[in-house]
Formats: sequence, C-alpha cells, structure tokens
Amino acid sequence: MKESKKIIEFKNISKSFGDKTVLDDVSLYINRGEFVTILGPSGCGKTTLLRILAGFGTADSGQVLINGVDITDVPPHKRPVNTVFQRYALFPHLDVYDNIAFGLKLKKVPENEIDKRVRKVLKMVSMNDYEDRDVESLSGGQQQRVAIARAIVGQPTVLLLDEPLAALDLKMRKDMQIELKEMHKKLGITFVYVTHDQEEALTLSDTIVVMNEGKIQQIGTPTDIYNEPQNSFVADFIGESNILNGKMIKDRLVEFVGHEFECVDEGFGENVDVDVVVRPEDIYIMNRLDGAQITAKVKSCTFKGVHYEMFVDTDKGYELMIQDYNAFEPESEVGLIIRPADIQVMKKERTCNTFEGEIVDETHVRFLGENFECKAHGLEAGEKVTVQVAFSKVDLIDHPEDGMLSGDVYFMLYKGDHYHLTIMTDDGDHIWVDTNDIWDKGDLVGINIAAKDIKIVK
Amino acid sequence: MNRRSSWALPYAIFLVLFVALPLILIMVYAFQDGSGNFTFGNFTKFFTDADAIGTFALSLEVAIENTILCILLGYPAAWILANKKLNRSAVTIVLFIMPMWINALMRTLATAELFHMLGVQLGKGTLLVGMVYDYLPFMIYPIYNILNKMDKSYAEAALDLGATPWQVFWKVQVPLSMPGVTSGIMMVFMPTVSTFAISEFLTNNKIKLFGTIIQENINSSMWNYGAALSLVMLVIIGITSLLQDNKEEVGGGTV
Repeated sequence: MKESKKIIEFKNISKSFGDKTVLDDVSLYINRGEFVTILGPSGCGKTTLLRILAGFGTADSGQVLINGVDITDVPPHKRPVNTVFQRYALFPHLDVYDNIAFGLKLKKVPENEIDKRVRKVLKMVSMNDYEDRDVESLSGGQQQRVAIARAIVGQPTVLLLDEPLAALDLKMRKDMQIELKEMHKKLGITFVYVTHDQEEALTLSDTIVVMNEGKIQQIGTPTDIYNEPQNSFVADFIGESNILNGKMIKDRLVEFVGHEFECVDEGFGENVDVDVVVRPEDIYIMNRLDGAQITAKVKSCTFKGVHYEMFVDTDKGYELMIQDYNAFEPESEVGLIIRPADIQVMKKERTCNTFEGEIVDETHVRFLGENFECKAHGLEAGEKVTVQVAFSKVDLIDHPEDGMLSGDVYFMLYKGDHYHLTIMTDDGDHIWVDTNDIWDKGDLVGINIAAKDIKIVK
Repeated sequence: MNRRSSWALPYAIFLVLFVALPLILIMVYAFQDGSGNFTFGNFTKFFTDADAIGTFALSLEVAIENTILCILLGYPAAWILANKKLNRSAVTIVLFIMPMWINALMRTLATAELFHMLGVQLGKGTLLVGMVYDYLPFMIYPIYNILNKMDKSYAEAALDLGATPWQVFWKVQVPLSMPGVTSGIMMVFMPTVSTFAISEFLTNNKIKLFGTIIQENINSSMWNYGAALSLVMLVIIGITSLLQDNKEEVGGGTV
C-alpha cells in the first residue's frame, strides 16, 4: 500500500477563549518526515494549534487527522504523538532513566527491551552516564536532552516541540538547534516545532508556517518566506526589512520612495497600490552619485559585528535601513541601487478601514459600538451601510478617556516616512492608522474620527 | 556581636526560656525520683505497667486510625478543591479551612453536645468522629496547597506518554503530592498522640489516652513520672518528624 504523503491535516480549526478568537478557520497539512515550524509572535495561536494536535485542547470546530484517521475526539494518551514541553515537565520524583522509561513501562514493554531503548536514546542525546541522576540536579540543557529522549523513546509518528529551546542561553540554543536538525535526519519522523524565534525557524525547518492573530499568513520554505514574504506582517516578522507604500505602474515597473524602479513582478494591474519590501542587505550603497537610482544622506552608522547598519534619508525624504560590509560616514552623500530581483512587491491587504455600520439618524452612523457624527447622507435610519475611513484620517490622542473609542497599539510598521499602526480597540476590533507621531507598542490611546472623514457606502 | 545579630536576642531568650529550659527540666525530672536522686525507676515503672503500656498502645492506635481516616477523607477533598473544573470559587476552600479558626476545645464540646442530643453512646466511635472533625482541615490544607501549585504540564506529559487519566493520578500526581501528605500526617498524627481533652469530652473519660495519663500524673503532682511519660512521647514524635525530613529531601516539594 502506498502511504499518503500527508501525515497531519488540520481542517477548518477554530477556537476561541471567551470572546477572543485564537484560531480562525485554520487549515493546514504537514507532509511525512518534514520538519515543520509554526512561527509567530506570542498570542498568535501557534501553541493552541499544537495543543489541539497533542490532544490537550479541543477545537470549537474543525477536524484533526493523523495518517488520514480523524483523531479530533481521541484522548491524548491514545494519539501517536509525543511532546517536548516548553519547561520540559520532567517528573521530579523519578530519575533520568525512569523518566525516559515512563511511557514504555505503561505500554508493558519487556524489561530488557526498555533497557535497550532507554540506553539508545540516552546515547543519542549524549547523556549516557546520567541515567541514575535526579532530574532536578541537571542543568537546563541537560533537562532538555532528557525531555527529548523521553519523547522519542516511544517512537512516535510525530514529535511535537513547544518552544523547546526558549529557556536556554544563546550559545546552548545554537548547539541544540544543530543537534535537533541532526536528530530529525536520523529519526526520519515528522517534527512539528513551535517557536516565536524567526532565526530558529529559518535554521531548522523544511517548511515554515507563519501565523498571526489566529490565521496562517504564509507557508513556505525558509528561503521563500525570507525572499518572498506575502504580506507586510511576514516581511516585518522575518528578518529586517524596509516596508514601503508603492504603486505598481504596470507590469515590471513599480514606484516607491518617489522613484520608479524596474522589478520582476507581474499581474498586479496598472496603477495599483502595493506594499514593497526591500531587505536592508539588498540595497547597494556607494560613494559615487552618478549611476545611482536614488541619492541619500547617511543619518547613522552602527557596527553590528559582521556588517554595518546604516539609516539614510533619501532625496524624497524617506528613511531606509541598509546593511553593508563597508561603513559610510554619517552626513556623507551616497548613491543607492536596488536590483529588480531584490524588490518584493506584495498586494496590499487593505487600502482603508472598512466597518459594518448602521444609520442612526440624519447626522449619525453607528459602527464599532459607538454613534459617530457624520455628514448628511440622505439614508433611512436603521439602514445597514459600509463605513470607510482612510488610514491617515484616524486621530490618535494620548488620553484614552478623551476619545470616542479607546484601545492600544497592537502592531506597528515603519514605512519609510510614516508609521502604519494596528490599533486593537477595547472590544477587540482592529483600526489601522497612518501617522507621523511616534507611538510604542502597548500604548493606550484614544481614537477619534472627524465627521467629514467618515465615508458612507451603501 | 554586631548590630544585626543583636536583633535575634529576644528570640534567643524566648527559645531558651520556653523551649530549651522546659526540655531540660523534663529530662532532669524524668531521671529523678521524688526526692531528687538519679533513677531509671520512672521508665521501668512505665514499661512494666501493663495498664500504662495498654494506654500507650491505644493512643498510638487511635492516632494512626485518625490519621488514616483523615487521609482517606482529606485527599479526595483536597483533590476536588484543587481541581479548577470542579471547584471554581475560593469560598469553598475557606469553608473547609474555617473550622481551624475556632478553638478546638469549643468545637469538641459542641460535638459532644451534638452526640448527647442525638442520643449517641459515647465511646471509641464518637472519639474518632470528633478527632477526624478536629484534625481534617490540617490534612486537607497542605495537600490542597501542593496539588494547587502543581504544574499541570506534569499531568499533560504523562498523558502524552500514554498514561490513562487513572495512571496519571497514581503514577504522577499522587507521588508528587506526597510532601503534602507527610505534612498533613505530621499535623494530624503528632497532636492526636498527645491529646487528652478530646478523649475526656467525647468519651466521658471512658477511654484514656496517653495524654490523659500525663495530665493526670502532673495534676496529682507526680512530676517525675509525668516527665518520663512526656519524654517517651517526645521520642515518638521525634521519630515521626525524622521520617518527614527524609521524605522532603526525596520529594523536594514544599508546602
């Protein structure tokens, strides 16, 4: 019988805690033998998804399949998966040997077989002489190895790893990354790895699944994800990037930072607003100004070990981040070149705020749970409408109590000459704002929208 | 002596006056006869007196029975209280702990009255009921504490490795909660060995416990014999608390 390539399938998984949606209709399949990393910031739903796969959490709706078998209602102890927990969860009342043998003893594996397998995995994680040690006397890294040994000794179909390296120091983390990768090759089983560390994801994975706000943002190989991010969230989350507003003039020609550039993207249409990503290491910087596409003035230059990181102001007033092996003095005039293949053009996810609303009276419309004053519209009270507000027309104020609505800065993106903020209102709605003011993530803000800026679409 | 350590002085004085000195006095009295001569007579009297040995054995038996009953009732109670699904409010915990706020003698008197009212014959049965009632909170609280603080990832790890919920309970949660159980045993077993008021009120002095004999001897000015009996009891308590220390080193848990 030919085995299907897919080993794990999530079908339309949704989950919310209270009124907070953690997973929003997530569908995903994982191929046999792959090293898959689910990557995202804290609270993006990645751990919840892993817990649903392990059986510790239940989805509100949707199905989980392993090897084509629906395991949605199978309790965790009957699932062919084992987990390496974030804080290891080694049993403190058992020594290293008994921790690893725990699962085998439950399965009534013969004593000599247990002995053989425990010793084999201990050797695999280079902990052969530690079998009689008390787990609490081990260092973090050693506990981690024991936790991995305990999870793989039962020969699971899938190994789940929940931020397993988060508690280790940087050096140890790097070493363990290499070991995990080798272990994956040696064992040949499917690894599902959850982390918020993009570098870890890029190093380890065959496939990366980027998640944010309960939704999958992009699935791809590490190089795909890095070189061709599909939206500004992915571009910003993975590595450093310059994310800019642009306009696709026609196929293979895009305008941003006030200049036109040749690019390799097609099929967006003509004169369409887009987001443009240029990685800081992909901008060529030189002292020569002739032959340059843009001229700029260096604002700052910082040594980062391997390269220098520079911020420059372009001739049209945009700020760009550049990484180069050579240092360019602050205040010096430089020329910049960006190659067509290094420009990543992305469809804009949205071009303005759009809300569901209802007409209250001649001069008021209700949306986001508040009655807003608006221009006369000539519509009947009670009529359902769509309300549009441009990103730049949302006013943010320091004092939440002075605003029509209040919320906090949830996500921010610098777009070369302004910030693009995502504001999460107290009711959990999103409002996107373009502003020149500097806010910090987590700032509490009041939100006002002037009557003239509310556009009502029937 | 520097300034800091002089702060410890009041406590040192307290310890000497109220702990060390009485202990020394008990030791001294226990090895003296009525006129102050050194003797082992008090101990030979105890170990050759069948009545006294019988009372001693009965006291241990009652204490052990009480402790076992407290574990059997207290562990499930603590389990339910610590389980977030079964118990959503902190009020229920307070309700269980509240009897500890009331003086044990008053509770015992009230219990005795209750038995009177119901017309229950006082005896060993009523003694045990009264003791369990008095000491149950001391068993529940340390077990609840340790179960409540237990990282739930241990249970998840065990489930993950193929343990059924029942196996998770017996192979992981029970062993990990043992420090709580030993604390509970200490807090229940030790006071029951030396109790006398409860047996007096709840059995109408029909059943005498070891504590009662000590109290009677001291009351009738038999200081030396009373001190010897106290010393025997101290040794028993000392042995049980040694067991506790070992357990805690192994389990590494704290209550």
